[in-house]
Formats: sequence, structure tokens, C-alpha cells
Amino acid sequence: MGVVLGTFSMHTKQVTFRADKIDDELEMTMVCHRPEGLEQLEAQTNFTKQELQVLYRGFKNECPSGVVNEETFKHIYAQFFPHGDASTYAHYLFNAFDTRNNGSIKFEDFVMGLSTLLRGTVRDKLEWTFHLYDINRDGLINKEEMTEIVRAIYDMMGKYTYPALKGDVPKQHVDAFFEKMDKNKDGVVTLEEFVLACQEDENMMRSMQLFENVM
Amino acid sequence: MAAGVAAWLPFARAAAIGWMPVANLPMPVAPTNKNKHQDELIILNVSGRRFQTWRNTLDRYPDTLLGSSEKEFFFNEETREYFFDRDPDVFRSILNFYRTGKLHYPRYECISAYDEELAFFGIIPEIISDCCYEEYKDRKRENTERLMDDLEDNKDSKLPNMTFRETMWRAFENPHTSTMALVFYYVTGFFIAISVITNVVETVPCGSMPNQRDIPCGERYTEAFFCMDTACVMIFTVEYLMRLFAAPSRYRFMRSVMSIIDVVAILPYYIGLVMTNNEDVSGAFVTLRVFRVFRIFKFSRHSQGLRILGYTLKSCASELGFLLFSLTMAIIIFATVMFYAEKGSSSSKFTSIPASFWYTIVTMTTLGYGDMVPKTIAGKIFGSICSLSGVLVIALPVPVIVSNFSRIYHQNQRADKRRAQKKARLARMRISKSGSSTAFLHSKRNGLNQSLELTGSLEEDQQMKKTTSLLESQHHHLLHCLEKTTNHEFVDERLYEQGYLQTALQNFPSRSPSLSSEEGITGTCCSRRTKKNIQPLSATHTHSHTHNLQELSALHIQCGEQQPLNTSRSSLNLMSDESGSLNCKSSGLVTTAIISIPTPPSNNSRASPDAPPLPNPDAPPLLNPGTDVVKISAL
Repeated sequence: MGVVLGTFSMHTKQVTFRADKIDDELEMTMVCHRPEGLEQLEAQTNFTKQELQVLYRGFKNECPSGVVNEETFKHIYAQFFPHGDASTYAHYLFNAFDTRNNGSIKFEDFVMGLSTLLRGTVRDKLEWTFHLYDINRDGLINKEEMTEIVRAIYDMMGKYTYPALKGDVPKQHVDAFFEKMDKNKDGVVTLEEFVLACQEDENMMRSMQLFENVM
Repeated sequence: MAAGVAAWLPFARAAAIGWMPVANLPMPVAPTNKNKHQDELIILNVSGRRFQTWRNTLDRYPDTLLGSSEKEFFFNEETREYFFDRDPDVFRSILNFYRTGKLHYPRYECISAYDEELAFFGIIPEIISDCCYEEYKDRKRENTERLMDDLEDNKDSKLPNMTFRETMWRAFENPHTSTMALVFYYVTGFFIAISVITNVVETVPCGSMPNQRDIPCGERYTEAFFCMDTACVMIFTVEYLMRLFAAPSRYRFMRSVMSIIDVVAILPYYIGLVMTNNEDVSGAFVTLRVFRVFRIFKFSRHSQGLRILGYTLKSCASELGFLLFSLTMAIIIFATVMFYAEKGSSSSKFTSIPASFWYTIVTMTTLGYGDMVPKTIAGKIFGSICSLSGVLVIALPVPVIVSNFSRIYHQNQRADKRRAQKKARLARMRISKSGSSTAFLHSKRNGLNQSLELTGSLEEDQQMKKTTSLLESQHHHLLHCLEKTTNHEFVDERLYEQGYLQTALQNFPSRSPSLSSEEGITGTCCSRRTKKNIQPLSATHTHSHTHNLQELSALHIQCGEQQPLNTSRSSLNLMSDESGSLNCKSSGLVTTAIISIPTPPSNNSRASPDAPPLPNPDAPPLLNPGTDVVKISAL
């Protein structure tokens, strides 16, 4: 008797679980989005038509519904960093791309972001990076935000590094960063301080130009 | 990195701009896109049917025929297309693999034709996606079994150099191999039957002496039965000894179920021979004869069905056990209730709870012998509840068990499949994951990335011996930028363990020769930096990790120290009596090495002069800033 009751109860549990999953999947496929025309995008960004085509093909391949939600975004980004955990940094990246703050990235947002990063002026790139670091969008970068970012970057390295990652390495990295950036030593970095400090740093200027020919 | 997201690599690289302000080191040079042509359509003509796709799509899997330069062999100059003289239907699935990253197996295809196409195009079947993998494996297994059956049927000719022992064993296991074996098989079967029948008939009363009651035949014709028994036991003994002799692994044979049955079948006879008519133990001896009935189990060698039944029972043992347990619970409950209910009535048969067990069992299985009946009203009420629930308890699980049999049987098969699938799937994922990560580590070790820096040294570019695809080089460049940003390096798991051990020894302030070599490694090396590119001095670019481990443990470090290391690979000149000289200029070449450690910028003549000092206290303190900086490359 106990056996019978046991098997019946187990069976019902499985059924309900399956039903929930089906509902979720139906929901996701409902949302669909098509981007504006090719000409408009070409006008708004600094990409040529062919480049937009290539970008869109890749975009649509991974996200047939036309929008990327955070989960998919993290999944895609994590594929490039198999060693460690790229989800935190991907989260910040997602927020940086999601300019309208509605939890999903359409193709237009994606292409705008890329246009700034790859074809924008130095000032644009630096502003974009500043907004990436400014997690709470208050126009200032404080030590906590920077620590979060640096920790996220170190997370991507994973566990097996040489030399082995100690706990306070991110903190020291952040301290060095603030040394460099915070001119008036008030504990926060404003956009102007950031842009000024970066422009003074030749290494960084060179690094920024590194990714010019990515497309 | 799954090739499907290769299209997002530009995005990932663009996002790397976010690391730039944080990074303190200069970034390496990006690999240039040498062939800047736009993505083009290529035409694949497969037996007349034309498929078209982007060149980039095919480049996603560079280790297949279509993704590598091997397809150039099939290029047709006049028609400017690639022609393959293969099956176009199967090619559809193969091309879809490039497009979607998932390989599907169409059910209508013949398994061997599909395998051939996969082998031709250089695709391993293990990457068939989960939706089709089970079907593929099932068909494949059926096919191989069929092939093996065919093989066995054709295996008339015995291997010429099979020993006599092996022939015998084969004859025993498979009676169809030779006529001798078949004869033996039938003879033993016959004697088993005879033996069983004899045991049965022995107890039948046959005829009566004039002045006695019926006596069983066994006592009447004692000698005849004794002769029969002897003959059977002799045959069984001989058979057992022959099997024991022929068995490839005697120990395993002796532990097997069938041999235990054999032994148990013939043992009572021998025990009976040994023990003569000693009255004390003859009672026990008689019970031993019961074991003669085990001879019937010898039939299971002759019957496939019995073996399958035995196996199924074994595999359902947990189910049966649980049923038994629940039945026992019910029996105990009802027996207790009946006992206390019938306690009041006089001359009740329910003398104790164990005595009530019998009543409960008989009632629940609806046998109802009637030797024990409740007399009180309460007893009758509970008795009826007992019999009703007995119907439920017994009748319901029986179909469950029957279906359990078939379910478990199929489930076992499917569980094995799934386990193999899961293992294969995990292995696949591990391979692709480690493929991308170890690919990066390998390309680092090959010294390709080490000298690439912002100021650019183009001669190293031309030294790229390995032709990594552009995609791979870009991905590696991205990972390299991350390393530079965080000033740490990706290492292999095992090297990390070694490095961990090493940092445990970091607390030595000086490099005294008292650094022990208990773990086989000591502090850091202090060899002279030879060149910009450290070409690995040993020629073996082994990728096996165990090899690396050996190398590490054989790592020779302290130049002035006499290590009792059993290393044959290191060729450091051991100065026998130098005690911890820090300038190891006379140290020889390092053949084995660890990983390259980040060079402190103060010592790095290549670094830009205004790079801030590294906030890296983790740099091994053994590195004396005065000496030359170490740069060792791993093999």
C-alpha cells in the first residue's frame, strides 16, 4: 500500500513540473522584435550596410526572437571565457548596453553600443566606459562600484591562474586606479576627471585604438 | 567556444574596452585581419544538388573537411564551385550542422550510410545533438550486434592456435560449436533430468510388503537408487572438474553462481559417503539430501529463459524487497490487532502475536484455511477488514510488479544509454571547453603571444608556424588582454596546484640551500633570461598533462643546491659545494620550466617607463630585483 501511494505521489509531482516549464517556454517565444530599416540604422551608426548585415546575421542566429535578455547575454558572453565566471561582468555590460533599462537589448541598442565602441571618438569611448563603471548611474564612480567592476573582471580569470589570486588583489588594483584617476582626492571620480586621466595615459590611448579593426 | 557564437566575437572584443582603464600593463597587439575580403557565398555542388552558404559558416569548424583547406581538393575551376560526389540527402544534415551547430540524425537514413558520410566529411558522430542521439545509438547498436551475429555464424574455422583448454571452454560455453560439445550438452541434460526424477520417485510409495505399510520406493530398491545416484554424481563431478580445468580464470569460475550450484548438487552424496550409518548425524544427513533438488537449477545452463528470469528477479530485487517490507508491516499490524481482539475469548487459537501472523497471512492472501478463526465480534470485524485490505494489498502491487519487470528491464537499458550519453556529452563539453582554454594555453606556450606587445614586433608575427584561424587568434588575443588587465595568467589546473605548493614555500626570505625538496619543487628559478622569445629548449611539445606534472616535479631550481632529484631531464650544472649563491650565472640551461611569471616592470627594459609600479605583492618575494629577471617558458 505504501508502495502504491508512494508511486502515485511521485508521478503527480513530475507532471506539474513539466507543465510549468511548457508555460515558460511559450512565454519566451511570444516576444519578437524586428529592427528598423537598414538605411535608418546606417544613418544612426557609423557602420556600413555590409557590416550591419553581418552583425545582424550573428545577432539573429543567437536570438531568433530579436531581443536579448540578460540570461542569453550572459550565456553568450560566458562562452568566450571558459576559464572563469563571466556572469558578473556580463551583467554590467548588459546594463551598459541596455540604455532604455527595460531588461532586454534590441538590435538597435546593440548596434549603437558597438558603434560607439568601435567607431566612436575617443571621448565617446571614454564616456561609454565611464557609464559602464558607474553602476548606480549617479554620475560618479566611487570605490565600491570600482571594486565591483574589478572583482567581476578578476572573476573571469577563474581559479587557475598564476600567480594564484589572493583576496586583496582586486582591492589593490582599485587603489591603484583611484591613485591615477582621482585628481582632487575626494574619493569619487567624475566624468571629467576620468576623461582627463585617461587621455593623459598613453598606454590606455593605445589600448583603446587596439580594437579599431575588430569588424 | 561554440562556433555558433563566433559571430559575437567582435562584440566581446569591443566590450574589452571596459578593461582598459583598469589595466596597468600594455596590451598585446591585435591579430590583423589579413584577408579583408567580404564574406562570400560559396557553392557546394553535391551530386548535382547545389547548396550555398557563407564561407564563414563553414569556417566555424576548422577540423572538418568543409572547414579546412581540404575542400580545395574538390574545387572545380571551370564552374567555380566545390563538387562532392556524395549523397545529397545526408549532406543536408551535415550542412545544417554548420549552420546551426547541431547535428541531427534523420531517422529514415541507413545507419551505415550516415556513418560513412560523417567519416568522409570529418565529423565525429559523438556531437549528434541530444534529440537524435538516442536513436542513433540504438540503431548503431542493433547494427553492430547484427554484424557480430553474422561474424559468429561464419566463425566456423577455429583459430589455429587455440589451446586445448580454450577449445574445451568454448565447447562448454557454446554447445553449437562442435558435435562433441553438443553430445556433451545433451548427455548432461539427460542426466540432470534422470537425477531429478530419481529424487522424486524415491519418495513415492510403491507397493507394500505383505506385513508392512507402504514404504517409499527408495527404501525398497535401495541399491538401484544408490547406483543411479552414484552414476549421476559421477557424471556431474566429472563435468565440474572438466569445467574447472577449462575455465580461463579458475578463481572467477569458482565464485560464479553456476559452479556453486554444481558443488551444492553433488556435495550431499560425498558427505553421505563419508558419514556412514552413524545414527547421531544421519538425521542431519537426511536433510542434506534436500540440497539434491538444486540439481534442477543446473538446467539453467540449458535454458536461456531461466537465466533471463533470474536476471530480472535480481534486478527487481529492490522492488520486491520493498513489497515484502510493506506486506510485513501490514501483517504485523493486523496480527497485533487480531491478537488483542481475540484475547478475551476462551480457547482462542490466537495464543500470541506470532501465532496470529499465520492467520493474517492466510487471510490476506485470501487462502482462508480455516484452522484459525476469530470468535469475538471485534475479532470478526477486524478479520473482515484484514481480508478486504488483503485483497487490495496483494492484488494491487502485483500488476505494478509485473509492469515493474518490463519497465525496469527497459529502464536498465535506457539508463545505460543515458549514462553513456551523459558521459559522452560531458566529455564533449569538456573537450570543447578545454579545447578553447587549452588552445589558448598551448598557443601561449608556443611563444606566440609572449613577444607581442603594443610597440609591435612584426618579425614574431611572421614566425607564426602554426596556422591558427583568424577567429582563434582573435579570441586568444582577447584572453591575453584579460590577462594583462588583471596581471595574472591563465594556467593549467595541474600547474596551478604546483604553483600553489610553491607559494607555500614563499616565506623564505633568502634563497638558502635549505629549501627542501619534499614536494619535489623548490623556490623560483633564477636562470638568466636568455632571449626575448624563450624557445623551449626541449623539443617535446607534449600536451599530456601528466608529462607536465613530471616535468614540474623534476624542476630544478636552486642552482647551487644539490638536490637528490631523480630527474634525468634537467641538465643544470650542479655546483656541488656552492651554498646558496644568489647569482646563478653559472647555472646551466634550464630544460624544464614552469610558467612564465609576470615581469616586474622595474626590471623590464621593454616596459614603458611610465608604467606605474605593480601593486602585486604576490610576485614571489624570492625574486631579488637585483638579479636578472626570469622568463621561463613552459614546455
